Parts: sequence; C-alpha cells; structure tokens
Amino acid sequence: MYTQILIAGFGGQGILFAGKVLAYKGLEEDRQISWLPSYGPEMRGGTANCSVIISDTPVGSPIVSNPDILIAMNLPSLDKYEDAAVPGAQLFIDSFLIERKVARTDVKAHYIPATKIARDLGLPTLANMIILGKVIKETGVVSMDGLKEALSKTVSAKHADLIDANLKAIEAGYNYAE
Amino acid sequence: MAKVLMKGNEAIAEAAIRAGCRHYFGYPITPQTEVAAYMSKRMPKIGGTFLQAESEISAVNMVYGVASAGLRAMTSSSSPGVSLKQEGISYLAGCDLPALIVNVQRGGPGLGGIQPSQSDYFQATKGGGHGDYHLIVLAPASVQEMADLTVKAFDLADKYRMPAMLLADGTMGQMMEPVELPEPAEYKPDKPWTVTGTENRREHNIVNSLYLVPEQLEQKNLERYEKYASVEKNEVMYEEYMTDDADICVVAFGIAARVSKNAITEARKRGIKAGLIRPITLWPFPSGVIRKTADKVKGFISVELSMGQMIEDIRLAEECKKPVTLCSRVGGMIPSPEEVLNAIIKMEGGEN
Repeated sequence: MYTQILIAGFGGQGILFAGKVLAYKGLEEDRQISWLPSYGPEMRGGTANCSVIISDTPVGSPIVSNPDILIAMNLPSLDKYEDAAVPGAQLFIDSFLIERKVARTDVKAHYIPATKIARDLGLPTLANMIILGKVIKETGVVSMDGLKEALSKTVSAKHADLIDANLKAIEAGYNYAE
Repeated sequence: MAKVLMKGNEAIAEAAIRAGCRHYFGYPITPQTEVAAYMSKRMPKIGGTFLQAESEISAVNMVYGVASAGLRAMTSSSSPGVSLKQEGISYLAGCDLPALIVNVQRGGPGLGGIQPSQSDYFQATKGGGHGDYHLIVLAPASVQEMADLTVKAFDLADKYRMPAMLLADGTMGQMMEPVELPEPAEYKPDKPWTVTGTENRREHNIVNSLYLVPEQLEQKNLERYEKYASVEKNEVMYEEYMTDDADICVVAFGIAARVSKNAITEARKRGIKAGLIRPITLWPFPSGVIRKTADKVKGFISVELSMGQMIEDIRLAEECKKPVTLCSRVGGMIPSPEEVLNAIIKMEGGEN
C-alpha cells in the first residue's frame, strides 16, 4: 500500500496536527512515512495544508499532488483540490463549513459535520480529530489500536492533559454514521 | 536505536550535537529557523553555546574563532543569509579551518522567496566567496541523510582541514520522516595547529589567511589544491537507482531526486528504461560514474530547482558524448513527477 493523503483547511483548524497524528501512528505501525507542511506566510485564518504519505515501500517525493485521501476542512480547499484527487479517491468534507457537494462522480465523498460535532461535544477546537476518526474508519489507513500512544507523542508535554479529549474526538468521528 | 519522527532541520541540529558540536552561531531566516530554535533549547542544557548573532556575517566569524581553537562549530542559514556569510567562508577556506555551514535553500536571487530551491548550486560548489577554494558539499535527500551527512560533514571537515557545507532545501528542512539518530560521540580534538595558548611549552601557532609574499601565497594555494585532489579521489558519494540497464539517465539531488524516483517508477511501468544517478557529494562531483554511464545511455536529464546549474558539471563529466537536457522549475516551484516523466518520454523519442 502507498497511500497519499492531503489535508487542507484554514490555519488554526489543526491541519498540520492532524497530519502529525497520522504520521506518528504510521511510525508506530512500522510503516514508511513522510509529513510535509505547506509553510510560508501562513497565519490563523489563512490556508494551510499538509502532505502525508503512509506506505509499505520507501517514500519517493513527499509532495502529494494527487491524493488517495483528501480531507477538506473549508470550501477553498475543496475547490482547489477536488480535481487533483485520483479516481477512486476518498474525500472527507466538513459539511458544516462546506455547503456544496463534491461534483465528481468517480470519487467517494464522505460528509461529516465535524465542526458541529466538535462543538456539541464541548471540544470546539477538535473538528480535525473528528474528521480524522472518520478517515480511519472508512480507509483503515492506520489502525485505532494504540492511537493513544501516537497521540501522546504528537501532543506536546505541556498539553498532555488534552490527549484524552483528542481521543474522544477521534472516537466520535469514528462512530459517526453519515 | 528506535526511529523518531523529526523535521529535517531538527535532525541536523540533533545530529550536530551528537557529533560533538557545542558551538552554534546563527541568525533566523525561513526555511531553516528550526535549526537555531532547536539549538537554543538544547545547547544551554548540555553546556554548549547557542548564540544568535547580530548578523550572518558576525555568526560565520564566530565559527571562525571557535574553529581556530580546534572545536566543532557550525552556522546555518538560507540562501540570502548564506550570501552574507561568503566573506567568512572564504576566510575559513584560506585559513584551512574545519567548520560546518548549512544552507537550507530558498528561491532567489536577492531576497527571492521562502519556498524550496537549489539555485545556490554554483555558489556552493564553485567557491562562493573570493579566491581559489572549494567546500566539501553534501546534498541530503531524506531526513535520515540530514542527520547522517551532518556527522559526515564534520568528520570530513576535520579530516581535510577545510569547511564543509550541507546543501539542503526548504522541503528537506520542513518535512518530517522517521530518522535513526547517530549515537552520541564525545569529541576529542586532535589538532596540533590550533590556537589554544602555548603555556610557554611550544612555539605559537598562527591561523591566518594573509600572505603578502606572492611566492608564499602561491605555495599555500598549490598545497591546498593537492588536498582537494585527494578529496576528489577519495570522498565522492552517490546513489545509483535502476541504472544497470538504463537507456536514459536522470541526474538529480535532494528533493529533485525524490521526485525523479517517482517519475522513473512510472517510466518503467511504460517500458522505458530510466535510471537515476543521485550525487550525494556535489563537490567532489561524481564525474566518474557519469562518464562511465555515458557509454551506455541515450542521454542525461538534469532535474534541478534552478535554471540549470548542475547540468554544466554533467556536461563536463560526460565530455559532451551524449545529449543532456534540463527539466527544472524555479522560484520555489518543484517539478512534478509528470514533468520529469515527460522529459524522459521526450528523450526516449516517444509521444506522450
């Protein structure tokens, strides 16, 4: 398996963090990994994206131009990357923030009101983890087993108290029925 | 040792510390700032020195000072900052001082942009500052190599008493990959030439690049070039990927080599025998393997993030026996695997 993942949204939505969780989980599973953030004059409210590759063979270019899995957490991201996804790709859309549907018919779209679910759970900053839970459920790109260990490596020591909240959000996304 | 996930810039910093570097001098600039940030956290805890200088010029001259005393010292920056360091680098070369300079390249010229580039190839491999000199130039293509080649750069710099440069780019600096860090080694300098105080027990040493008598300066240059000849003979490093039966040989380093591997895999699926030579040392350049390969391939494709700089060294190496084409993007753009594939198909003579 050679899975190319593109996560895109606003700065501040935890786009890079969601990618890191996937990358650490992949590392725990002894897979080949790369994680590449967009970098630049980005700021809260601007656009942010991150390329993650999880593979059983060595990773070539770390740049994901044609994702197998696309996570779009705002409309500009869906507009920008919908056409780039490979045929048969799985698209994960935060349907609370993105009103339109995916136009392509050769991809599988999943609509998750992640931002709303996160708010309802009292975890308003964790829409990224909600949608990540759904990605894990639908694609199996990484396993749910041992996710807490991966989270504990991703979350900095001073925020260690938030690991359980992250896990709760991932589980809520995992169990969300469309 | 277990693998950890790290940014390329952090891997450089940690590897340098494990190689015994206790003196880092820098000045922040995107996309290499994590090197300085990491050093600022770690150095005070291990009795090392982290110093954010008032400028790049100042930082490189602090490296000059520590290197004169025989200890491992480094500085890091990105393209515009490395241009500022050139005077100091020329002095390091002129004084035969070992040191590490890291360039995590961004687009230029001038202030340019902050996205990845390889357009400092000429500057790194042809001298960069004034006078006749070379740096040992290492080009990592993974986070693992960011760590491994940092250690290698310090070792080679000491072995040959000359400055070494790690020539990376914004992608290598910013990306995270699993890395197995080198075992920490205690650094015990064995350098009789250093200026560490004579204690009235020996003749004093002089570290200096000023020779006003032309016969002496000529002699110094000739001796230095004998040393360079020995580096060229002994220290060339490169990776060959699917070149055994290749008709078309891509030459690329760093991120461009990573992209090229994807393109070669795709070309092979289409029945085109493409391969890759990835220079790991840019100086000394792997001319020998390119010259040998020229006898068995249709041509070479230089894939670069520049307007075509390494392509000149490829042509010199293969003595214009076979055509060499350029596939490149500049200004912070990176060629896609499709663009490299198209260049391969074009050379093969097929239609896309």
